[in-house]
Amino acid sequence: MNAMLDAAWAVFVRELRLALRRPAEATQPLVFYCVLALLFPLGLAAQDVGLRAFAPAIVWVSALLAALLGIERLFRADVDDGTLEQWLLADVPFPMLVGAKLAAQWLLIAAPLIVAAPLIALALNLQPQAIGVLLLGLLFGTPVLVFSGGFAAALTVGAPRAGLLIPILVLPMMCPALIFGAGAVRAAQVGLSVEGPLYFLAAMMVLSLTLLPWAAAGALRNALE
Amino acid sequence: MANEGRYCKSQERRRVPHRLHCARNFPALAMSPLSVSDLAVSRGDRTVFSGLSFRVEPGEILHVQGRNGAGKTTLLETLGGLRVQIAGTIAGGPGASERHWLGHRSALNAALTPLENLRFWCALNGAGDSELLPALDQLGVKAQRNRLCGTLSTGQRRRVALSRLLAVKRPWWFLDEPLAGIDAAGLQLITQLLAAHAGEGGTAVVTSHQALPDSLPRLRALALDA
Repeated sequence: MNAMLDAAWAVFVRELRLALRRPAEATQPLVFYCVLALLFPLGLAAQDVGLRAFAPAIVWVSALLAALLGIERLFRADVDDGTLEQWLLADVPFPMLVGAKLAAQWLLIAAPLIVAAPLIALALNLQPQAIGVLLLGLLFGTPVLVFSGGFAAALTVGAPRAGLLIPILVLPMMCPALIFGAGAVRAAQVGLSVEGPLYFLAAMMVLSLTLLPWAAAGALRNALE
Repeated sequence: MANEGRYCKSQERRRVPHRLHCARNFPALAMSPLSVSDLAVSRGDRTVFSGLSFRVEPGEILHVQGRNGAGKTTLLETLGGLRVQIAGTIAGGPGASERHWLGHRSALNAALTPLENLRFWCALNGAGDSELLPALDQLGVKAQRNRLCGTLSTGQRRRVALSRLLAVKRPWWFLDEPLAGIDAAGLQLITQLLAAHAGEGGTAVVTSHQALPDSLPRLRALALDA
């Protein structure tokens, strides 16, 4: 058990170290997300009251697209340089290692998006009382985005041009997160109960965390054979 | 030349205690022979080879030979556990912690240093990393340990990858083209490593287009395209 956690921790730390070596690549999702979300007000008339109504959707769609940005490269380097062979052959369950890599990616891609979300929400004129719900929804929803993106990346790792295939593969998994995540914020905006959509998001998160590492590991094992 | 002589001497000094230490390290359990019978493996729709039977005794070095596309790598991947055969049996093979698998790709991330790559590999395998520096030294790439792997030459990367064999002692070695990109001094070094490994009772299955020196003890060839 300990050896398993040590190995998973080693994978986690390696991901963070690799991101530090390539800061421009690592900050790309955050920059993309901020630019995308902040472009919407520029397209509207000044003082447009519609912005507030669209704010939940804008933040969520921006987060979804940012999480997909570059996700097709997630396993490419590790497959190409033979690292994944060593993962497969190690005396540790392969899905644990894949899960550790995806968890590190969540920290790298999604955690900055959550931290930046209150500022963007204020810029989009979202009511302050809805910001807490937005953050909680993102906390539950972003693991779904990153883990399903990682699963799609694992499925398409053998395909040369996966950039177009990935959105098609992951949208069915990501749409519920978007619907319920933005729905929870809309409910908070009008003072309705937010528990339902948040519980649903939490359930999706638990499913993603427990099932998708196994599915991604299976896809990678297949790609390596 | 002078450099090479100095190198061999320092290696000789280390060899003796190393060998004593390791002879005790290979448990009798791991020493059962590997026997392959009627093996057939396919890649996609194509059957690479079929009806392959052979046996590898402990302490032997099996040199797998064959033209390009004969299935050397495929055989090694199957023996190593990366690939599943479509027919035949492999009996008595090593467990995950008893074998070294070194593919034709070195499993080194270009954005990490040799030391970072190898430390990660040790942690992945639940092994201590105290032997890493001596191993890198023995393979002549200690000076490069803190450079990014992307800036190393092919041969240097190969040497870094091979230092895993010394950093963590395991009785079974599966080496795919270990000599690719390796210079003459490196060839001699790898020959010495293989000889020492066989001397300790370890077993190696090696694919290589280059001939392995006849001086190697218990060297046997397996021709795949026969």
